[in-house]
Parts: sequence; C-alpha cells; structure tokens
Amino acid sequence: MPERRQPSQALSQGWGRALVFAYGLFAVAATGRSAVQLGMDPDKAPLAYSLSLVAAVLYLVATTCLLLGGNTGWRVAGIAVTIELLGVLSVGTLSYVATDLFPDKTVWSHFGQGYGFLPLVLPLAGLAWLRHTSPA
Amino acid sequence: MNPWLYGVALVVAGVLAVLLVVDLVRDRAAQDSHFVGLAVLEVVMLVQLVGGVVALARTERDLEGAVFVSYLVTNLLVPIVAAFLALAERSRVGTTILLLGVATVAGLEVRLWDVWGGRGA
Repeated sequence: MPERRQPSQALSQGWGRALVFAYGLFAVAATGRSAVQLGMDPDKAPLAYSLSLVAAVLYLVATTCLLLGGNTGWRVAGIAVTIELLGVLSVGTLSYVATDLFPDKTVWSHFGQGYGFLPLVLPLAGLAWLRHTSPA
Repeated sequence: MNPWLYGVALVVAGVLAVLLVVDLVRDRAAQDSHFVGLAVLEVVMLVQLVGGVVALARTERDLEGAVFVSYLVTNLLVPIVAAFLALAERSRVGTTILLLGVATVAGLEVRLWDVWGGRGA
C-alpha cells in the first residue's frame, strides 16, 4: 500500500503564516479593486478589469489552500501561485510595451509597482515556501 | 478630513516600522513595545474612521465615498489581524507580519489622502 504523502510541514505555520497574511491582504485588495472597477465603469478597460478579477480569484485560492493545507491544498496552491507568477510577469511586461492594452491599471501592472512590487515578490516567496514544504 | 490625522498615522506607522526592522535584523520576535505601538496606531485608526465618516457626511464634494470608507475600515482591521498572527508566531516571522501590516496601513494612508483629494480610486 503506497504511503500517503503529506506536506512535510503545515502550510500555514512558520513563514507560511506570514504568507497567509500577505496573500490575504492581496486577496482583499484585488477583490476590492475589481469590485470598484467593474461596479463603476466596466466598459472602460475590459481586459485590465477581468485581469484584476483573475488576480483576486488566484489570491483567494492561494490563501485558502495555504490555510487548508494537506496534499491537495499544497498542489492547488502550487498551480495558483505558478499562474500568478506567469500573470504578473506577462502583465507587467505588457503594461510597459503595449500601454494601449491597459487604459486602466490592474494589480499586476508595471510588476505591481502600485503595491510596492509585492505582487512580484509574493509568488516567488510562495513557490519557495511550497518547495520547502514539499511532500516528496 | 483633517490633514493632521494622516500625519499622525504616518509618523506612528513610520516609527513602528523602524523599530520592527531593527528587531528583524536582530532576529527577535515581536516585543511588548511593538504591541503597545500597534495599540496606539489602532487608536489613531479608530479616530480616523470616525473623523473620516463625519467629514465625508459633511462634505459637498463628489468623492468616491465607498472606496474611502473601505480604506478606513481596512486600516482599522489590519493591525488587529496582524497582531493575532504575530502572537501565534513568536519569532522573526511574527515581526515580519507586523512590519507587513504597518506598511499596509501606511500605504492605505497615502491612498486615503489621494481619494480625499479626488485623485481617483
């Protein structure tokens, strides 16, 4: 019978707790931002606003998975954080080279400049933490 | 809203941030003095929430009121959540959490200033 592999350490303890706090903050910030943007003038910048919404969902998923922990939580958190990293890198680059695509800002514009570049640091910290707590 | 409130909030947050960075470098857990400082910050946030809502009700200008109030409420909650998480993690992790929280409060103070001045959400 194969041994059930569990993450080697609870995801929400130690440095994980700092991550939960940071991800929680960004979940609130991104949700708030997309709610305001979509509530006030959704047609102004549909791409930027839908990306804000995607970011909000990713931050929420990552926060929840870190809190829940376990094998599935670890794996889903990994997927969410990876997408988040790709998102911040691609949106960050696009917001510099294709400014006309983004008439309004997203959380990830200019690599998260409006948020002290934390959106760029956060997925890297998240991946490092997931690697540290790897079940394998 | 009274500009002094932003100033007081930013100074308290700034002093706390310096203390926290010093203890972070020394690899120390959050100290009692940090929590006292956080309590002071919390009182400022409470005064600011009341003052902000009153000022918003009195002003004739067209402001993004919902955003303004949501920032005020968030700033009231962040130090509390950070304090609880830091108490659960008595190491430099807790100190880091408090630093993140204080930085968030300072950042939102700047945003509050912008929104009150009518410079967008």
